[in-house]
Amino acid sequence: MSIVALDQLWVYLSGHPLVSLLVTLVAFIAATRVNRMLGGSPLLHPVILSIVLLIGFLLLTGIDYPTYFEGAQFIHFLLGPATVALAIPLYDHLDRVRAMLVPILLACCAGIVTAVGSTIGIAALLGAAPETLLSLAPRSVTSPIAMGVAEQVGGIPSLAAGLVLLTGSVGCALGPWILRLMRIEDPSVQGFTMGLAAHGFGTAHSFASIGAMAGAFAGLAMALTGLLTAFLLPLMTALLGV
Amino acid sequence: MPLIVGMSVLLGCQFIGELLARGLAVPVPGPVLGMLVLLLALMVNGRVPSALRQTGEGLLRYLTLLFVPAGVGMMVHARLIATDWWVIGVTLVVSTAVTLAVTAKVMSWLNQRRLRHGSDP
Repeated sequence: MSIVALDQLWVYLSGHPLVSLLVTLVAFIAATRVNRMLGGSPLLHPVILSIVLLIGFLLLTGIDYPTYFEGAQFIHFLLGPATVALAIPLYDHLDRVRAMLVPILLACCAGIVTAVGSTIGIAALLGAAPETLLSLAPRSVTSPIAMGVAEQVGGIPSLAAGLVLLTGSVGCALGPWILRLMRIEDPSVQGFTMGLAAHGFGTAHSFASIGAMAGAFAGLAMALTGLLTAFLLPLMTALLGV
Repeated sequence: MPLIVGMSVLLGCQFIGELLARGLAVPVPGPVLGMLVLLLALMVNGRVPSALRQTGEGLLRYLTLLFVPAGVGMMVHARLIATDWWVIGVTLVVSTAVTLAVTAKVMSWLNQRRLRHGSDP
């Protein structure tokens, strides 16, 4: 086989959905291995590491994002049914949720107001550009909701999605440390806090390192925060005059 | 077969969720409404069918992988992130820390109050 043929082969393959699908899975496996080797440090979350690896790969090979997404969308699509599936752990812990309904609702409202208020406050104080500010505002909500809300208040949807992911990894890094500092030991409170502040990342983290009960509460917090933020955020941005 | 049955239930609920979101023009994504639909269905049914549990828990185990394709999309906004990177960084870290602390505090305080005042909320 000559070098020219190899070249043409690559041109053909790089546009094929198979490559981005395979590369995404391989990057995730590699990132998980590296993370485990480093003792599971939340600062190098497997998701963030995979994203960095993949961006590096795309820049090196010159494949653009829309081409990559053509293959990776098969993974992205599963976010929908996975979100629906959160109803299962929620149903398993329904009695606990019923008993704690009032604390859950009040804590959720307090958390959302704190998240949105402090984000807009700090970013405005530091002089962020208006599009950045409005894309930051819904950052503690799960990405599909954040994208919708950002668009509604005048931010950039795909930037909002990226900031949501960064928030998730920051939350996973800070969360366990803050919860230990505050001596919070109840897994339902731990999970709920992680799910509210760090959406799907916090939920995945709660399932993996605290337990099924924490995971269920994290899923609940994520859904409730998403629902309430979709209604509260447009009101809050109007009130704060951004 | 259980995988196919489970996936059909999940996708079916997502579909109903999408229909509700479009039909009622609410700014909430379809899958979130789909989750509420499935929760209601499970409450009516009284238990989780094993096929659904197998599929659902399998998906949830790999939840973090599913965020990767969207996250790679950040490369498209490299320039905007680069100009405001320190504002974004400081805001994310400080605001996330405050949110975590406030939520945990409010919830554990209310929860302890609830336990002290007996079982009724």
